[in-house]
Amino acid sequence: MSGVVDPFVMNLTVFVLAIFIGYHVVWNVTPALHTPLMAVTNAVSGIIIVGAMLAAKPEEMDIGTILGLVAVALAAVNVFGGFLVTQRMLSMFKKKGK
Amino acid sequence: MSANSVYLAYLVAAVLFILTLKGLSSPMTSRRGNMFGMIGMAIAVLTTLSLTHNVGLIVLAILVGGTVGSVVARRVEMTQMPEMVAAMHSLVGLAAVLVAMAAFNNPVAYGIALPGEMLHSSNRIELFIGTFVGAITFTGSIIAFLKLSARLSGKPLRFAGQHWLNLGLGISMLGFGIAFFLSPSWTPFLIMTAIALLLGVLLIMPIGGADMPVVISMLNSYSGWAAAGIGFTLNNNMLIIAGSLVGSSGAILSYIMCRAMNRAFLNVILGGFGGGEAAAASDDGVQKTYRSGSADDAAFLMGNADSVIIVPGYGLAVARAQHAIKEMSNALTSKGVKVRYAIHPVAGRMPGHMNVLLAEAEVPYDQVVEMDEINNEFADTDVVLVIGANDVVNPAAKNDKSSPIYGMPILEVHKARTVLVVKRSMATGYAGLDNDLFYMDKTMMVFGDAKKVVEDVIKALA
Repeated sequence: MSGVVDPFVMNLTVFVLAIFIGYHVVWNVTPALHTPLMAVTNAVSGIIIVGAMLAAKPEEMDIGTILGLVAVALAAVNVFGGFLVTQRMLSMFKKKGK
Repeated sequence: MSANSVYLAYLVAAVLFILTLKGLSSPMTSRRGNMFGMIGMAIAVLTTLSLTHNVGLIVLAILVGGTVGSVVARRVEMTQMPEMVAAMHSLVGLAAVLVAMAAFNNPVAYGIALPGEMLHSSNRIELFIGTFVGAITFTGSIIAFLKLSARLSGKPLRFAGQHWLNLGLGISMLGFGIAFFLSPSWTPFLIMTAIALLLGVLLIMPIGGADMPVVISMLNSYSGWAAAGIGFTLNNNMLIIAGSLVGSSGAILSYIMCRAMNRAFLNVILGGFGGGEAAAASDDGVQKTYRSGSADDAAFLMGNADSVIIVPGYGLAVARAQHAIKEMSNALTSKGVKVRYAIHPVAGRMPGHMNVLLAEAEVPYDQVVEMDEINNEFADTDVVLVIGANDVVNPAAKNDKSSPIYGMPILEVHKARTVLVVKRSMATGYAGLDNDLFYMDKTMMVFGDAKKVVEDVIKALA
């Protein structure tokens, strides 16, 4: 074996392992909480905000940075909306007598 | 910040996201889990912010989006959750497309090309995949949103040659993708994106009705894959991990929904069902008789039972009867009746929807039981109250091999000693099928608006 590992191979490693984790963790989610699961994954997929911030990173403004800023705002809707609505839903789930 | 510390911070955020999903294994740990998710996201955002030059503008964009998101999260009604979730999927899709365009516009800024260099060939493939998945998610979710919020007919929209058109569009999209790979320029990129946007519309239009829970889970999955695809393009582990978690979550939910309807995933995606064509159900011409009674009769039967199981369907939420049903079960409990709720996986319009609607009405979650756990107990139950549900309690799914819903798992309420069915009329459900349950000797129909009937029952119980 020689040479440097291509970033694609590293990405693929992370990708496959993350899918495995996701698979096992999600099967353990109780069906009663499937709607909050969807809302919270909505918030987590707001992680695209990281990519959007990098797009808006350069000092010089051009079409790319503007697209990036728009994407930041869109993703922020998801991040805030997703986590807050999940919190709101989860606070409704109560046991008897509480 | 050094690249290493950035990646270590991303690792912490990724672990927190995994703990978020893990927390959802029980309502008790779920709130803490959600908190972990918020912390993880804050870490990811602040870390990335330290890498950027336009901090002021970016913070402003976050504030604008964050305000909109917070207001929506506070105001949305629980019955509208499916619409809200669909709308949010579309935002992720659009954001993914915009980021892909920005990456193509200036790959140097992302550190995925050296100054003066073109985008690397492997990055081009990833960019292509991230863009088209994002674009399909974007327009597909808009259609899903319009259907769920009844701004567009929920009926499946189909026309001849639809599949061939989609196939043709898919192939030409791939063609422009290859053209983009061979010589990266805006023209093939934009055409490819436009075709993907159109495909998103065409793929979701033919699906509707009872299949909406599958559609919404599937788009949930796509939004994750779109983020992961962009992560590949940008060589960013944070996006890949979070995207894959969401992608696999949505895929599992789609699978669970399909299994609960006994439908093949591909069959759902290709459209049909949920409207019209299944309606040619067996009508043997025999006038079947059913028994009907009043709310007072229902109150009498339930008040004198030892155990009652309530089977709520989406019709309950439409009639806004959740709070009334909670009051009714309180009244029954105070008479010493054991009350529980039985939930079918596809009750409501998205996975777990009915549980949230009941939780909102302050029904304790330990009274709410999933199908697999409660099916054995119907035989020992005195009275079952079916309210706003139809196909999910149709015994034909178990007994009638010729039925279109044969094989679908159902709540076996026909095994209970007495069945009460609250319905507006004898009309059929989503699948357009007649329901033998209504004609059984042990069944009593109570006609009327769900909320009105339940309120009358409460009065009679008092």
